[in-house]
Amino acid sequence: MALDYSKKVMQNFMHPKNMGEIKNADGIGKVGNPTCGDVMWVYIKVGGKGKKEFLKDVKFKTFGCTAAIATSSMITQLAKGKSFEKAQKITTKDIAKSLKGLPPIKMHCSSLASDALKKAIEDYKNKKVENK
Amino acid sequence: MKQIYFDNAATTRVDSKVIDAMLPYFKDKFGNASSQHFKGKEGKEALDKSREVIAKEINAKSEEIIFTSGGTESNNLALKGLFFSNYPKKDHIITTKIEHDSILNVCRFLEKNNAKITYLDVDNEGFINLEDLKEVITEKTIVVSIIHGNNEIGTIQDLEKIGKICKEKGVLFHTDACQSFTKTKIDVKKQNLDLITLNSHKIHGPKGVGGLFIKNGLQITSLFHGGGHEKKLRSGTENTSGIIGFSKAVEVVNSKDIQKMEKLRDKLINGILKIPNTKLNGHLKKRLCNNINISFNNIEGEAIGGHLENIGIYASTGSACMSNTLETSHVLKALGLSPLESNSSLRISISKYTTNEEVDYILKELPKIVERLRSISPLVN
Repeated sequence: MALDYSKKVMQNFMHPKNMGEIKNADGIGKVGNPTCGDVMWVYIKVGGKGKKEFLKDVKFKTFGCTAAIATSSMITQLAKGKSFEKAQKITTKDIAKSLKGLPPIKMHCSSLASDALKKAIEDYKNKKVENK
Repeated sequence: MKQIYFDNAATTRVDSKVIDAMLPYFKDKFGNASSQHFKGKEGKEALDKSREVIAKEINAKSEEIIFTSGGTESNNLALKGLFFSNYPKKDHIITTKIEHDSILNVCRFLEKNNAKITYLDVDNEGFINLEDLKEVITEKTIVVSIIHGNNEIGTIQDLEKIGKICKEKGVLFHTDACQSFTKTKIDVKKQNLDLITLNSHKIHGPKGVGGLFIKNGLQITSLFHGGGHEKKLRSGTENTSGIIGFSKAVEVVNSKDIQKMEKLRDKLINGILKIPNTKLNGHLKKRLCNNINISFNNIEGEAIGGHLENIGIYASTGSACMSNTLETSHVLKALGLSPLESNSSLRISISKYTTNEEVDYILKELPKIVERLRSISPLVN
């Protein structure tokens, strides 16, 4: 616990944004493994049509530490309202930067967050193909 | 914001009586205990008196106590010292899977130096199996080293029974008593102990001081070579002020404080276990008077700790993502906890300064924190 978390990390940990699940989500990205570490689920709701599709809503549920919860909260804020292309380009560094830094030992939490978002978008795309 | 310290297994606040006892040894009585003149004599007298106080506490003789820089050094000196004075005639050490790193990592180092180490399993409450111990002792066994009160889960081993087996089999017996010293009775004769690791900063003494009880007549190899201090076992000018503080900390311990801690510990355990899906780690009664370790299903201990810190409460946890390798606590693993259960654990360790109000406060806040974290956990339905 004696980790040097930024104020921004603590704010996002104490008062996470967009927490909880989206009922009838268009896509869900589940990452992590409960038997060895953090678990993060990202839910997306898609708006717009065709090439104008975008992330209308993004929410999360996370089992994890301070950094895992803060990065989950941040990825949802960064992704909300963005096109798939832009959302998929959100990097672990972008998340860490928006949180005013993460301790090096916790950087893996932010990669978990960007992976979860990518998986949620893939999940949506796969479902779309299946439904065709 | 009021600060509440619930991490006394890590270290403790120094008692003001201890500070008062130490101060003269920084100012007027600063002499080197090895000096022949009066200033040296003042220091030497202080060391002699301190040795007596600590020896008495464990029913040993003064000359059987040597002072070190703390628990880690004492554990190093005990195991390395015994191994290097017995090898190659004997090469086997028996310990457990729930020792402190200052035993486990010494054992790993010794393994690289041809030692054979047996790491005993423990049951789901953290106790070793005495039959297992009997079976693994061989004629090559030098020492059995078993932690007295465990630093994570508080489980107290039955030293008397272990000591009896060691005596019957003719092997030495060492215990790491860093957490249990002055809290749970230690008697070198009754428990047949040959070496005991002791330290000061867990009992409201200063950091950087500890001791090792070495039974008279026992040969061990020194780690520090120099001026031959501490019966040639630990060269280096004695930390007189620290040692005085250490013995003062032992002197001011009283049984009422222990009883008070036991009461508050039980109140905390019972109160926290009222939260659904929680589980106590360790034994309900055979545990250190100041240790509480509880797993909270489906949320991480580190996150609970973060919320507690935000309201001024300092507790402790071993967290999954504290390390890049995602290693969980080796102690909880040895109890058979899954990594998930182990990551969801929180350790609260109290002291004689802990108040009823502080206990009430955490008992009021903790359920809210747990509920909040569970509401965002994907592992909860």
